[in-house]
Amino acid sequence: MNDQTPTATERAEKLQGLGCARKRVEDARFTQGKGNYVDDIKMPGMLFGDFVRSPYAHARVISVDKEAALALPGVVAVLTAADLEPLNLHWMPTLAGDKQMVLAVGKVLFQGQEVAFVVAEDRYIAADAVELVEVEYEELPVVVDPFKALDPDAPVLREDIADQKEGAHGPRRHPNHIFTWEQGDEAATNAVLAGADVVAEAMIQYHRCHPCPLETCGCVASMDKINGKLTVWGTFQAPHAVRTIASLISGIAEHNIRIVSPDIGGGFGNKVGVYPGYICSIVASIVTGVPVKWVEDRIENLTATAFARDYWMQGKIAATRDGKITALWCHTTADHGGFDACADPTKFPAGFMNICTGSYDIPVAWLSVDGVYTNKAPGGVAYRCSFRVTEASYFIERMIDILAIKLDMDPVELRLKNFIRADQFPYHSALGWEYDSGDYHTAMEKVLKAVDYDGLRREQAERLAAFKRGETRKLMGIGVSHFTEIVGAGPVKNCDILGLGMFDSCAIRIHPTGSVTARLGTISQGQGHATTFAQILASEIGIPADSITVEEGDTDTAPYGLGTYGSRSTPVAGAAAAMAGRKIRAKAQMIAAWMLEVHDDDLEWDVDRFAVKGAPERFKTMTEIAFAAYNQAVPGLEPGLEAVSYYDPPNMTYPFGAYVSVLDIDVDTGEVEIRRFYALDDCGTRINPMIIEGQVHGGLTEAVAIVLGQEIAYDEDGNVTTGTLMDFFLPTAVEAPHYETDHTTTPSPHHPIGAKGVGESPNVGGVSCLSNAVNDAFRAFGHVHAQMPHDHWRIWKIAEGLGLHG
Amino acid sequence: MIPAPFEYHRPASLAEATGLLAELGEDAHVLAGGHSLIPMMKLRLAAPEHLIDLQDIAELKGIARTDGEGGGEIVIGAMTTQHELIASDELARAVPLIREAALQIADPQVRYLGTIGGNVANGDPGNDMPGLMQCLDAAFELDGPNGRRRVAAREFYRSAYVTAREDGEILSRIRIPLPAPGHGFAYEKLKRKIGDYATAAAAVLLTVSGGRCGSASVALTNLADTPVFAADAGAALAGSDLGAAAVDAAVAAALAAIDPAADNRGPVAFKQHVAGVMLRRAIARATERATERAAEQTV
Ligand SMILES: Cc1cc2nc3c(=O)[nH]c(=O)nc-3n(C[C@H](O)[C@H](O)[C@H](O)COP(=O)(O)OP(=O)(O)OC[C@H]3O[C@@H](n4cnc5c(N)ncnc54)[C@H](O)[C@@H]3O)c2cc1C
Repeated sequence: MNDQTPTATERAEKLQGLGCARKRVEDARFTQGKGNYVDDIKMPGMLFGDFVRSPYAHARVISVDKEAALALPGVVAVLTAADLEPLNLHWMPTLAGDKQMVLAVGKVLFQGQEVAFVVAEDRYIAADAVELVEVEYEELPVVVDPFKALDPDAPVLREDIADQKEGAHGPRRHPNHIFTWEQGDEAATNAVLAGADVVAEAMIQYHRCHPCPLETCGCVASMDKINGKLTVWGTFQAPHAVRTIASLISGIAEHNIRIVSPDIGGGFGNKVGVYPGYICSIVASIVTGVPVKWVEDRIENLTATAFARDYWMQGKIAATRDGKITALWCHTTADHGGFDACADPTKFPAGFMNICTGSYDIPVAWLSVDGVYTNKAPGGVAYRCSFRVTEASYFIERMIDILAIKLDMDPVELRLKNFIRADQFPYHSALGWEYDSGDYHTAMEKVLKAVDYDGLRREQAERLAAFKRGETRKLMGIGVSHFTEIVGAGPVKNCDILGLGMFDSCAIRIHPTGSVTARLGTISQGQGHATTFAQILASEIGIPADSITVEEGDTDTAPYGLGTYGSRSTPVAGAAAAMAGRKIRAKAQMIAAWMLEVHDDDLEWDVDRFAVKGAPERFKTMTEIAFAAYNQAVPGLEPGLEAVSYYDPPNMTYPFGAYVSVLDIDVDTGEVEIRRFYALDDCGTRINPMIIEGQVHGGLTEAVAIVLGQEIAYDEDGNVTTGTLMDFFLPTAVEAPHYETDHTTTPSPHHPIGAKGVGESPNVGGVSCLSNAVNDAFRAFGHVHAQMPHDHWRIWKIAEGLGLHG
Repeated sequence: MIPAPFEYHRPASLAEATGLLAELGEDAHVLAGGHSLIPMMKLRLAAPEHLIDLQDIAELKGIARTDGEGGGEIVIGAMTTQHELIASDELARAVPLIREAALQIADPQVRYLGTIGGNVANGDPGNDMPGLMQCLDAAFELDGPNGRRRVAAREFYRSAYVTAREDGEILSRIRIPLPAPGHGFAYEKLKRKIGDYATAAAAVLLTVSGGRCGSASVALTNLADTPVFAADAGAALAGSDLGAAAVDAAVAAALAAIDPAADNRGPVAFKQHVAGVMLRRAIARATERATERAAEQTV
């Protein structure tokens, strides 16, 4: 006889399902140095590739002389565009509908651009051979300023498409113009602006940054000439998409291509795109018949693979005298570099920049974005944010603070006055989105109370008085932000990348003994999917998370999905996992009914089992059902217990959060000390609070980096001046402040478990929060806005400009 | 990020090392901790054909104190690591300025390997030890084909990466005269993050008695293409009451001696400004310490 102990609660705890702070299963290998990254892959006979790169930002390539390099013992091949041209692989499509040179075709458009690919027996020989390839260049005038790029007499950068009047996203009005993207109601917005009580205006620049994952990009390509199968192991955030693209551009049938993402040491958007290194390695392997490895170094990663941001956002915000916002206007100039390789859904050339009305009920708005070519590296990826959401959020959160100054109001008061109210959800924004759920006032008020906001403002006033009396050289800044993200791309009806709908997937196989293998179309790069997806499944199918192995990243085994970026894994693949779990449960119910000799409808689900309604002592556990699926002939049912779900989300999810930071600024040195950082996140249903906290800490630290100094800077000749970690600011444990985290829970109404995604929220909210704090420190002196990054000398310059140095 | 090919040598004595250097000529570089040289080689900004690794030479290691007649000195072997400098209590008692400054160099990993000899011989204006050695009036011993000679730290630096060291010479020892008991000291360094070179840094050593400054010495880091020994700044403090006027005069003298260049750390005007700020802070802290220590001694 089955007994009734343990209780349902005890059984649920044992599952380590939703809400459990389960330890990350990945960490056993990572903390012991036992991860398996692409550079750990070693194969017999493997060759190594390395690039000859352009030292110039804009130049004609007159000639490439390979002779000396080929003469070096151990050098197998040197590829140039001329070698790729017969295969039609000298250009490749970008994710944004543009094309990009794989190897320089007649000219180079940014410093670090790939010119030739050397293949040698080891990476040392390859590096020596790179030095021996002689390239003759003729320098051309360089354009690094996106505004100057549109001057009538600006040098034409993309001669290949100079006469093309129509681009992938509509008309082009200048050879260096890529697209114009417009959203909202221009006439209505202008009318409100014209008649408004108050209009605040500003140019908000979000400088060029870089995701800088600790592991750089790389791959091992292996063409098996016997069976005709190409295998590529690589740092791919979207392995299935890479397979399809590889098939389309190489002509190799898709079933003969296997893409594997092994352990990935951070992606943050940098590993979404397709890079010349992948194509060249594949070609080199096809040509040589042996595996070819290419792994870029840090300088190559920072200077040539995808950057992020580089948006110049001109804004106007209108309000009534008592602070009710009436309209928002934004024109963005987007610097895309030499090729448009943005990783955005096809119909959104500026990503979801139209979330720039943020958390506020703004009746009318207008957004236009001009994409522009310059002599900089291509990219424009979502660096720990959904597509262009951190730009949008930074824009609106700065505009709100600037408006508050104009209205002589506290920035919190202005926010509370304009938040979308809880009873307005689902909320239709002026720029076209339907926000699923939210409760902004509750979140903000919880934070204000926790940090004693009024007390902080009093302290700030005292400090300011002391500063004015000459007792201190430090000013206190308080930063407030309230962000609304838009993640989980996305509904196939309007979200695709190169025509591939942005659904995601999960395939579950329950083994006879009741353990499980689940495979998903996503790929973890540190997010802990093997931990959290097992938790979702544990709660859905009643099998302990420890008995569920989650596999991702091998296109031969995983179901098709669009990968991991833009906080889409939980909203899309997580939903697929829950839905596949429910299919398993539906079949399990039928098996249990047959075993218990009752009708399906007489059973009810009870944590880890089906029990007879009204007779809980009569039940079958999932373990028993699993075994039965393999050894009983259940009439009308196929043997086995497997399910696949492809989930097309009905809407995006809209996580939000309220952040407050407090910092002290030394006006003489520009040093910033972050004294307090309080982050409340609402990501809907919380799957694993410990992982959420880790994600929040990581995202906030990247926000600290971006605000306080992380920058890809170019001089006027287009040289990257921040190409190593000496100058590209990557904070260490010493620079990272202490964080206090908090949450509210407003589930997504359309997601099967109500989860919204969290990995990127802290970066989105953190940047505006900290930049607001820096600007706030100087507000009392009439200061309005300074561009990021707020590194020492730029902060010093604010103080200098305000006459604070005597 | 892969250096050009080179031959590796690992002599066991100083004589063997100088012999190798003489034999291999200017294509050879000595290798100490490698934390300046190897990054340059990886960037192929340096491509020596021979590397002569000094790590097996026992006579280049260690910290010794002698208390001679005309004032004692500290002798530090060139291959002593920055970590060993920090760990030495003997050194911390005699010349506490070195521990204070060494703790602001790079990060612990770099300091486990980076040596004092490499740091002062390198000639990079960003290195912290050269200015420090000038402040302390140290002398460097150079061993070469013509035997041993001594060059004052204040005479050693010519321009970026150009020093008084001849190609065939190895910097073997650093001799630091013991500062007066009870002296005040401070090293103030502004940097962007842990592991960064100075945006501006100032070393100050001074003595105070009866409310007046006895002697004072001031040097600055990364504010010109060499370390800057600001003799006039020291002179402005010596004999003064260390009051506002004296400090202003010292700062003005130091600012006249520097010649910073604009880079990612900021424009020239910013560097001028923070050079003054660092120096003021260093003077204030050194004064405070000297005053405290003088008080302790009279108790
Ligand atoms: C990330 C990072 C951060 C750093 N930050 C700082 C910092 O903040 N402040 C700072 O001062 N330094 C900094 N450094 C440099 C570090 O302190 C170096 O270790 C030091 O500058 C050189 O010492 P080394 O023993 O490593 O010399 P090496 O790199 O081995 O040699 C440097 C040069 O000196 C020559 N040389 C070395 N020893 C001798 C000798 N005995 N005789 C003659 N020539 C010799 C070599 O031939 C070479 O040209 C940093 C280094 C790194 C990698």
